[in-house]
Amino acid sequence: MLALQGDFREHVATLAALDLPAFEVRTLEQLDDADGLIIPGGESTTIARLLLAFELREPLRARIASGLPVWGTCAGAILLAKRAPGLDRPTLGVLDITVERNAFGRQLDSFEADLEIAGVEGGPFRGVFIRAPAIVATGPAVEVLARLEDGSIAACRDGALLATTFHPELTNDLRLHALFAAMVEERLDEAQERRVRAEELTA
Amino acid sequence: MATTNGNRVDDADERGETATWRVKAGLAQMLKGGVIMDVVTAEHARIAEEAGAAAVMALERVPSDIRAAGGVARMSHVALVEEICQSVTIPVMAKARIGHFVEAQILEAIGVDYIDESEVLTPADEAHHIDKRGFRVPFVCGCRDLGEALRRIAEGAAMIRTKGEAGTGDIVEAVRHMRAVWGGIRRIEGLRDDELASHAKELGAPLELVQEVKRLGRLPVVNFSAGGVATPADAALMMQLGADGVFVGSGIFKSEQPAEMAAAIVKAVTHFEDPAVLAEVSREIGEPMRGQSASALPPAEQLAVRGN
Repeated sequence: MLALQGDFREHVATLAALDLPAFEVRTLEQLDDADGLIIPGGESTTIARLLLAFELREPLRARIASGLPVWGTCAGAILLAKRAPGLDRPTLGVLDITVERNAFGRQLDSFEADLEIAGVEGGPFRGVFIRAPAIVATGPAVEVLARLEDGSIAACRDGALLATTFHPELTNDLRLHALFAAMVEERLDEAQERRVRAEELTA
Repeated sequence: MATTNGNRVDDADERGETATWRVKAGLAQMLKGGVIMDVVTAEHARIAEEAGAAAVMALERVPSDIRAAGGVARMSHVALVEEICQSVTIPVMAKARIGHFVEAQILEAIGVDYIDESEVLTPADEAHHIDKRGFRVPFVCGCRDLGEALRRIAEGAAMIRTKGEAGTGDIVEAVRHMRAVWGGIRRIEGLRDDELASHAKELGAPLELVQEVKRLGRLPVVNFSAGGVATPADAALMMQLGADGVFVGSGIFKSEQPAEMAAAIVKAVTHFEDPAVLAEVSREIGEPMRGQSASALPPAEQLAVRGN
């Protein structure tokens, strides 16, 4: 859990409801210990500055390049994006999407809506959109998982990177957290297999 | 995030439901671990955003100047609030007088992101707060103890801040109020279920909210600290005492180097438990605001006692 600013506690509580261990990441050492990372909702301008100020941006980019699973919700999705026009600090620039900040307007335009999410079974997912961004373009490798009625993209995935413009952590619905946990698990299994193979080769 | 405060404006529009309780209380969740800064001009607002503020509070004078000026302190000029809304991308809050529901209606019409029904302004009603449940815009309200916090939530507040004593730069009242809120919560946790009704009466708060506090072990909404934060150390103190984030009023733009002070307080709130970081950021600041002792204020100048 990246815990520079935002609603990281709600994510940790949701993971706890799934019996999944989670800890807060504010330092390089904590980042090194993480097998997966959630970047929470919050203010993207604030989090982007703190990533730079505490020199976490480059190390995090390096971890992502070597396969660290990362899920960004709302502000977190903005930070993953390669393109976020208007944000006055660099994002992590790792997910091939274009994000429009505050796309739906101010707080009075914040809303809830039901979403059909590819790969999430068992009926619609209640999306809570708070001063939410919209994903307005995606690269060819990015799989779109959910759209709003107006066609804008609310969830997408590229390999080990997951982005949602809404806040599953503000609902009691655990399905997306379970999906991300499965992504982390998958990645750990792959790493384990590689280690075993490497050991066999050296033996 | 179920609460029993009777939020009643779940409107449907073409995209989905707006102004739901989840959406109103949810924005406060996004501000957590952040700093909300008082600003009186668009230029201030840009400095605050540049320093990493999670939101700004648009007002005509910071509390220490309101104290100095005397007279009646009202909602800020509409043009000023609008200008600040246009100058930053982070959320903008604005203050309405306690009980002045028409000031709140105007702020909602402008489209501010949050309204602070604030004791810093001169109260418009000595008996009643605004009925916040019917508004589409969320509200934050001040409190000095748990009972006051729960009464505000019952009226529809989607976020709470402990009052402290605004404009003094003296942290003592902020500490008193934060300890009172958490002390009240711990007291409830120690009560049997059949003791909650009479305790609710004692607190002057609805039983349903008292039951919810017992179940959660905290307030049902986000709780920031306000009123007296003047240094990164003050901000981290309030975080360690259990605040979800801090409001800083006069403490930034009445200090010698506002931009540096603002950035240092933002970092202190993130790393509030790390003394090495706190020492590092405390090196980067100039002189804090001079301040005045809250306990030396004559009763007529104490703001925290307004509204109960």
